[in-house]
Amino acid sequence: MLRVLPIAVLVLGGLGVCSVLGQSDTGTLTDSSITWPGWAALLRVLTLQDYNTRVVVLGVACLGAAAGLIGAFMLLRERALLGDALSHATLPGIGLAFMVMVLFGGTGKWLPGLLLGASISGVLGVLCIMLIVRTMRIKQDAALGIVLSVFFGLGVAVTGIVQNMGSGHAAGLQSFIYGKTASMLLSDAVRIGVAGVIITFACLVLFKEFRLLCFDAAYARSQGWPVTLLDVVMMALVVGVTVIGLQAVGLILMIALLVIPPAAAKFWTTRLSRMVFTSALLGGMSCSLGAGMSALVPRLPAGAIIVCVAGLFFLISMFAGPARGVLARWWDQKRLVRSVARQNVLRAIYEVVESSDRDVPGAVTFDELVGRRTWSPREVQNALNCAIRGRLVRPDGFQRYALSDEGRQAAWRAVRNHRLWELYLITHADIAPSHVDRDADRVEHVLGDEMVAELEKLLADTHPNLTTPASPHRIDRAFHVERETA
Amino acid sequence: MPPLCAIAWLPLDTWIVVVGALGAMACALLGTFLVLRKMSMMGDAISHAVLPGLAIAFLVTGSRDSLVMLAGAGVVGVLTAVFTQWIHAAGKVDQGASMGVVFTILFAVGLILIRQTADHVDLDPECVLYGAIEFVPLDTTAFLGWQVPRAAITVGVVLVLNLLFVTLLYKELKLTSLDPALATTVGINAHLVHYLLMTLVAVTTVAVFESVGSILVIAMFIVPPAAAHLLTDRLSVMLLLSAGLAALSAALGHVAAITLPAWLGLGDISTNTAGMMAVMAGVFFVVAALAGPRHGIVSRAVHRIALSLRIVREDILGLLYRLDELGAPRISRRAFAQAELVGGPFMTRIALWSLRRAGQIVREDATYHLTPRGRSAAQELVRSHRLWESFLEQELRLPPDHVHCTAERLEHVTGARLQERLAESLGDPGHDPHGEPIPDRPSR
Repeated sequence: MLRVLPIAVLVLGGLGVCSVLGQSDTGTLTDSSITWPGWAALLRVLTLQDYNTRVVVLGVACLGAAAGLIGAFMLLRERALLGDALSHATLPGIGLAFMVMVLFGGTGKWLPGLLLGASISGVLGVLCIMLIVRTMRIKQDAALGIVLSVFFGLGVAVTGIVQNMGSGHAAGLQSFIYGKTASMLLSDAVRIGVAGVIITFACLVLFKEFRLLCFDAAYARSQGWPVTLLDVVMMALVVGVTVIGLQAVGLILMIALLVIPPAAAKFWTTRLSRMVFTSALLGGMSCSLGAGMSALVPRLPAGAIIVCVAGLFFLISMFAGPARGVLARWWDQKRLVRSVARQNVLRAIYEVVESSDRDVPGAVTFDELVGRRTWSPREVQNALNCAIRGRLVRPDGFQRYALSDEGRQAAWRAVRNHRLWELYLITHADIAPSHVDRDADRVEHVLGDEMVAELEKLLADTHPNLTTPASPHRIDRAFHVERETA
Repeated sequence: MPPLCAIAWLPLDTWIVVVGALGAMACALLGTFLVLRKMSMMGDAISHAVLPGLAIAFLVTGSRDSLVMLAGAGVVGVLTAVFTQWIHAAGKVDQGASMGVVFTILFAVGLILIRQTADHVDLDPECVLYGAIEFVPLDTTAFLGWQVPRAAITVGVVLVLNLLFVTLLYKELKLTSLDPALATTVGINAHLVHYLLMTLVAVTTVAVFESVGSILVIAMFIVPPAAAHLLTDRLSVMLLLSAGLAALSAALGHVAAITLPAWLGLGDISTNTAGMMAVMAGVFFVVAALAGPRHGIVSRAVHRIALSLRIVREDILGLLYRLDELGAPRISRRAFAQAELVGGPFMTRIALWSLRRAGQIVREDATYHLTPRGRSAAQELVRSHRLWESFLEQELRLPPDHVHCTAERLEHVTGARLQERLAESLGDPGHDPHGEPIPDRPSR
């Protein structure tokens, strides 16, 4: 349930943004000539009633899902920008394919030929990257950059030659390939759909192998998996989706689809299978929402809208993602700090009670607690409030506090952990008794049951009373000792 | 095919090369640190991401003045670096991915903004974004009484700025790039240095691509520094080399652009200069990768071959010496084949040839035997071998039948000093564990 909720929020949020944009009568910029559609048009688009919208939305959704799927593996292999390098590396192939086709008497703009050229030079680019990383002392990022810039430079030079050859057809060759989303045809959508299905199938079949490759390539190699071959297969899938996608949606959008949804998915889960699925879902969703919005507002470039929607999803995920999101981590940290403070106050009460006779049995005053450690009255009050809410401490109304039964159990455990660690440090690490308090103060909160059992075993010979060991140093002066050593 | 001297070289071409070289050097200087910090793609990211900056600068001021555009782009360039760092730090997303997220989103926002204004003015992204190096000499301005291309001044200023930055903050840049933890402990503000570098990267990217095109920026940030990284281990040398390689690839790139199509027989046409400059840089990278003195593929292969040749030669000498001890000082080449030396028969043949040239063995009647000189070299080797065998047996308590293989390896890397120390520590034994005599040091 906890995991489904944020996703639902995300979907509704996306739809909300969509409708808000659809509603507003004036654009952000007063002199734009864009007319914003009303609810009727919105509904038409959302229910996919137009043929064109249907084709574009379904096509890019397929592409987004496929790119999200394979992009997730890329991200884990720390090759997030491979799509960037790759899509730039296709240009020389396109130029050369065009040149060859013109020399053999064609028009040069035969799509399968151009796509073949693009794929070949894309694969060559990927192989170059792998070769550079394997054989030289050049890191992944630089290898990507080298291949990107040199291949793209070559592509620019080749298209320069093509354009000067005077065959007349070369004009717009680049934009022919690095196309526009909104003008997608049914044939494009079908091609993308087929590519999406193939890639999804391949990823499902090779899921276990890819997982191994992503997390521990060396182990995979030692287990006898053909790591290089798998790597090449994975890259080939990226090349496939990139080349198909480039032609349909353009260069920047293709890069964005390979990078943003996987990066966003990482915030939602720590399991690979769920991450891959989330990434595909996010990719598909941002594509269909973005394409739908650009159908509403025809003058907005569809690719750019899709990237913006994906970016919005990324921001939401980064803050609200339950696994690694900023809020989730902030909350975890806060909870940890609070539980540490609670344990500290419990231990302080226990030790004050233990060390001296009381006017009221078992109750300590607020000032006594403040004097126990280097903490401000405010911190003590917060920690006490927290413990009181948890029914671990009972206030008696006269600024006195006593442990409840439950609280005494927890305090005893904290004190015991603290002293076990102190004894361990004194006995086995040869640290002076006056110096162990601080160290144990940090460690006591993270000692697990296994660790405690281990400590008991280690200390059993030398220390007879381990149920509630006495403090190895004078605890009424613990505060001063701390001050001196600090 | 026209000879090289037939190029019609105009003052125009000189300016193109000068501006290209200045821009390339400006990029390569900073790129050295980007490559070392594993942020090579920053130039690529910034050159895409500045689009909204250009659009906003235009929307706010309504002018297409290049200074306004530069300012807008520069601000967004710095923001790109800041956002990338934020996402990288706050979201624990890896550097490359966060770069990809930031620049694609910014580019998309820019596209939308530009589309909003496109009705009223001509603000074509291609046209706003990317200058073309071919048109650099056409836009001139007076400078100290000369007519100088405006781009030359812009790019020159950026180069001087980068030079100052790199020389003044050399120590800080070096330390923060190579060992950030150490830099922090000695009191250098790594964050400040990072953002200063990123600001300059943004300014350089914008200024250079506005003058000469983005492909040149992206290429020169990465390729020359990477090539220099393969050629040297010293940062100062790497900086100089990458600047030099960048300038050289700019010059050769332009020459290639105007001559290459004719060389390929495609008629009297030229091609895109910036593209060819990037390709030239790539060519230098490949050359560096092959022929680099320490890390080059060729030199590593040569080292390996030289090492195995030395080992085969020494093994042959050892073999002949032991045969001599057994009273059969001559051996035919066929017998060498049976000895199964490392590197196979081809290596053996080369080793025999080089030993004969060095005067250590001679061939008579199709058999080989040692010359006095070869004998003393062999004696040295066999002495090392047998001393090691004794050492392994006496000191490390290895059984006598296990010492030969290890000694066989160690004998090749034992110098005279080590041999002496071995003999000393063993008390100058006369025989090895197998009972063979350990020869004395040959008298010289």
